[in-house]
This record gives sequence, structure tokens and C-alpha cells, in this order.
Amino acid sequence: MEWIRRQRYLIDFILSSLLRRKGKNFGLLLVYTLVVFMLASVMLFTHALKREVGNVLQASPEIILQRTEAGRHALIPADYLEKIGRLRGVTGRKGRLWGYFYDATVKANYTLMVADERELADTEVIVGSAIARARGVGPGDYLTFRSHDGIAYSFMIRELLDSDTELFSADLVLMSERAFRVSQGVTGGGYTDIVLSVSNPRELSKIAEKLTQRLPDTRPILKQEILRTYDAIFSWRQGILFVLLAGAIMAFVIFAWDKASGLSAEEKREIGILKAIGWETGDVLQMKFWEGAILSVTAFFTGYLLAYLHVFYASASLFEPVLKGWAVLYPAFRLAPVVDGLQIATLFFFTVFPYVVATIIPIWQASVTDPDAVMR
Amino acid sequence: MLLNPAIMALILVSFVVLLMLLVAAGFAIHLLRFWDMASGSERQLRLERRTYLISTLLAWAFAAELVSLLLYVYNAESMSGQFVGAMCATGVLNVNAWGWPTLFLKVAVFFSGATWLTLNALDNRGYDYPLIRFKYGLLLLLVPLVATETWLQLRYFLELQPDVITSCCGSLFSANDRGVAGEVAAVSPRWAMWSLYLSGALVLLAGLFYHRTRRGGLLFGLFAMVAFLIALVAIVSVISPYIYAHPEHHCPFCILKSGHGFAGYLLYIPLFAATAWALGVAVVSPWQRISSLSEAVSTSGTRLVRRSLMMFVIFYLSASGFVYNSTLVMQGVWW
Repeated sequence: MEWIRRQRYLIDFILSSLLRRKGKNFGLLLVYTLVVFMLASVMLFTHALKREVGNVLQASPEIILQRTEAGRHALIPADYLEKIGRLRGVTGRKGRLWGYFYDATVKANYTLMVADERELADTEVIVGSAIARARGVGPGDYLTFRSHDGIAYSFMIRELLDSDTELFSADLVLMSERAFRVSQGVTGGGYTDIVLSVSNPRELSKIAEKLTQRLPDTRPILKQEILRTYDAIFSWRQGILFVLLAGAIMAFVIFAWDKASGLSAEEKREIGILKAIGWETGDVLQMKFWEGAILSVTAFFTGYLLAYLHVFYASASLFEPVLKGWAVLYPAFRLAPVVDGLQIATLFFFTVFPYVVATIIPIWQASVTDPDAVMR
Repeated sequence: MLLNPAIMALILVSFVVLLMLLVAAGFAIHLLRFWDMASGSERQLRLERRTYLISTLLAWAFAAELVSLLLYVYNAESMSGQFVGAMCATGVLNVNAWGWPTLFLKVAVFFSGATWLTLNALDNRGYDYPLIRFKYGLLLLLVPLVATETWLQLRYFLELQPDVITSCCGSLFSANDRGVAGEVAAVSPRWAMWSLYLSGALVLLAGLFYHRTRRGGLLFGLFAMVAFLIALVAIVSVISPYIYAHPEHHCPFCILKSGHGFAGYLLYIPLFAATAWALGVAVVSPWQRISSLSEAVSTSGTRLVRRSLMMFVIFYLSASGFVYNSTLVMQGVWW
């Protein structure tokens, strides 16, 4: 109880002393908050993107089988579905048809895909919302594609894809199999790739091994590998940005060091008086500790809160181009907030820890000054 | 090497902490040579002033070490997606030979740091700094420990190869596996449970004995250390399977996840705190006879032993609670 009361008085004293020197402390607080804000924005944004990718890929098939020809992705003949034979653990298999289409009018690439389960008529398509935005069309309107042999085909837009999957469906066009084959010239019954569903993740690597043995000209791509790659890429991009921001952190450390060591004559006199009226070195250190703690907590929370607003309400407009990449048909999406201990601890080490290390020695120097030396 | 912010933070912190310790060690050597309480010389005055700096520096260094221990585990947990075969922190620590030794060293640094800080706080309460040579001598021993930790951690992160197939908790902690972790899981649950309660009873009795008579502080610390190790074994061998409600899942990290109600925090925080305070009792209690410290020893000894006992009680209650409330029934198999 005694201890808590003591700390309360110290904090009270510190707050009034901080407020007495508004200009100096406000400057430090501003820079500190800015550093936290930048790093926290990068962090919140990449974590949210990672989570988003993970969520979207949860529903994707466990194995994608592609045929390669001279090392390049080629169409896979339909009889490969039979050739795979019975594989224990595989619960479903299906040939997929998809491709890309360059639309010269908006200078963008679309992803075309056959969606049997949507039961589209041969003249109907379903499009992603970014395409609808770019072309200024909506359900009921017509979309015209120039086919592989130069003939124009018009499709009626039956509906738009949900905007909550926009991260992956922004540039998607769903059509019927016949429409796809005729307009893209994929005749002869081949598929783009084959997807396999496997219910037990532990059997994945064995099944992949069997597939490469039975069909030597194919390569299986596992969902886990895709997830792992995304995870590594986002961590890496985040790391690059942090390295770039290291300069800013260093500048901040020097700034904090300078602020803490360049005590004004008035502050020195204040410490001298405190010591003259009976404060010990330990007390002054404790007071300075509270000063740092108050500044750090304020800067950390303000910076983190601002970063949160920036990322989840202003779509991280400052860092977007680096972290997401860019495209003509860019998805507009709202990220789901993700906050975890790892982020906060990392952020702490990049901001509060350097600040503390930079200020320990100046603070100590201030606290051991003799009262008579400064008051004289 | 993976360029990941958490890894960069961990490496940065361990180097800065090492630097802080080296500064402190340089001062310690200086102090061991020139300290003379009777002298009123300029140098002695400077040394006395500098002790404040060293105390502050080390308090921050060890606080940073504690957070870095947490970050290390969180980071291992979060990277599990990037390694083939790793499903949680266990698999990531297993990617190369340095993962586990780094973790153990981090735990060791945490306990030594906490103990040193307790001793330092005690010494500062005696007007003539009676333990100053002893504590700065001890400080010199801490430097190689932290240096080894920094080195091992650096090697661990530099040698992380994302394409290595690691074995994860399912196979690592399964009973028919070889290696330390396998041995720990293979400890019979019956034996682990009995040892847990026996060591718990011993440590509580020793603590109460110290509290009543002010004697046996060292013994209490020793029992606490043994109880700590047995508790870790028991968490892997018995308590985790009960929390997961799965007799073959022994992972000590997955219990920290939300899927298991963050049960691990209720086990690890009291356990680590109790052991750190008990070690504090062990380093504080032998100095009762020094006249300038005897008052401080009895007040801080009482406070430390009370806190430690309370934390041990919380740990044993929560461990028993998890076993009691689990849906896993092993009567006839384990018991």
C-alpha cells in the first residue's frame, strides 16, 4: 500500500513536471508516436493480409495437379483423370478449366474460369466486382469479348460475385464450359489442371509422391505449400520494410538520447533542489523511469491506435503499394483486424526498447548530479 | 535465414543486452579491483555513483530477456506455417540443433537475472554494501551465459532452412520416440504425477519451515528448482494430455493457444514466478548474520517466501484443476 502511494505521488509529480515543459515533451511524444505508428501499420497490415490469404485458401483443394511440357504448364488431357486410378485417401477429383484474357479496352487481365456448379447458360457470365467497376457494367448488361480467332462474343452478366471475397475474385469471370472452350480455343477435351481433395492432411505427401510416379509429366502443388509461400513472402516484405524503417528508428534513438542528455539549466536546478530537500539518487532514477514510462505508454497506445485506424478504416493508404502489389483491376477490400502478442512484443522491441536503452545513461547522469554543483 | 521482424527483434535484443552486460562487466572488474568502502576518494565516490547505473542497466537487460523469452516462443509458434511438418512451436524449434538449447538458455538467463536482481536489491539496503564484491563477481559469471545464448540464437536463426522437414509435437513428444523430448513424454504418467505432488509437498513444507523459523532458505531454493523441473516434465507427460483430452498429445506449447483456453499461462506464469522468488529466498537467506543486512534479510525473505508459496499453490491448484476437469478418462490405463 505504502509502495503504491509512493508511486502515485511520483506519477503526480511527473505529470505536472511534464506539463510544465510542454513544447519539449510534445515534440518527443510526436516523433515517438510517429515511429510506433509506422511500424504498427506495417505490422497490422501484413498480419491481416496473411490471415485473409489463409482464410481464403482454406476452401481451396488440397492438391492441384498440373501437366508440364518442356518445363512449362500445359493442358492436361481428360484421360489423366482415369490414369490417376484409385488412390487411397483421395475423396474427390475434378478437371478445371481456367485461363487469362487480356481486355484491351481497360488494359487489364481477367481470369476466366469454368464454374459448372453455377449452371450458367452458354451466353451468361458472372463477373467480379472490380471488372464491373472498370467497365461500368452491372447485372443484366452485356460484356463483349474478342475470342481467340477474332470473333466477338457477347455475354449477359447474370450477377456479380460477392464483394467479401474480392481479394481473390476481383478480376474473375465465370462462364460455362462450352463458352470457355469456344471463345478461348481450348478444344479437344483437355483441362487446365486437375484438383484432388484429400481429407487427411498427413496423407498429402504420400499421395503427391504416388501422383508423380504414375504421371511423370505432372507436378502436384499442395495447398500447404501455397500457404507456406504466402506466409514467407508477407513476412519477408514486412521484414524489408522494417529494415528500411531502421533508419527512422536510429534517428529516433539519437533524438531520444539527445533530449534526455540535454537537460536545460532549469531541469538541472530542479533535480538539484530535489536532492537538496532529501531525494536520493534512487528516487530521481525512479522519477525519470516514470517519466519514460508515461511517455512510452502514451506514444505506444496512441501510435498503435492510429495505426489500427489507418489500416482497418483507411485501408493502409500509406503502405498499400509496397505490401499488396498493384494491378489495374485492384480489389477493394476491408481487412479483418488481427492483433496478437507476437506483434505487440515485436513492436515493443522496435520502439520502447531502443528508447529505454538510449535514455538510461543520460538519466543516470542527471540523477547523480550533486545539488551544490547545479544550484550554485 | 528468414527476414522476419520478430527474428530481427530477437537478434537485436540479444545483442543489445549482451552489450549492456559487457558494459556492466567492465565496471564490475574495475570495482572488484578498486572498491574500498573506507576510502573517501574521488574514485570511490565515482564507483558508488556508478553502481546505480549498473543496477538500472541490468534491471532493464533482464526485463528485456524475459520479454524476449516470450517473443521467442510466440515467434516459433507463428512460423510453424513456414516449415514442412511443423504444426506448432515444437516443430520450429526442432528445425535445427540450436532451437531447444536457445530456449533452455533463455530460461536459465531469466532465472539467473531474477536472482541477481534480488541479491542486488538486498545489498542496496545495507548502508555499507556488504555483498558488493560477491554480487559483482556473480555478474561476471552471467556474461558467458548471455553470450552463449546470443550466439546460439544467432546460429539458430541463421541456419533456419524453410525446406527442412521437421518433426512436430505429434511425433516428437510421442512415447516411442528417442531423444530428450521423447524421454520426457515417455515418463510414466503415474510416476510424473506422484513426483509432481511429492515435490510440491516438499517445496511447500520447506517454504513454510523457512517462513516460521527463518532457516532452510537454501534448501527451499533447491527444492523449488527440483519442483520446477519435475513440473515441466509433468506438464509434458500428464497435464498437457489432460488439457488436450488426448492421451498422445504432449506438446508443452499448444496449451498456450486460444483453442485450449490459454491454459498454459495459468501454469507457466505461476510456476516461473514461484521458482524465481524461491531462488530469491535462497540467495537472500544466508546473509542473516551480517548486521547491516539482518533486518533487510528478514523482511525481504518473508515477502519473497510468501509470494513464492502463493504462486506454487496457484500452480498446483490449476494443474490439479485441469486434470480433474478434463474429459479425458485414463482410469485403468494410467492409474
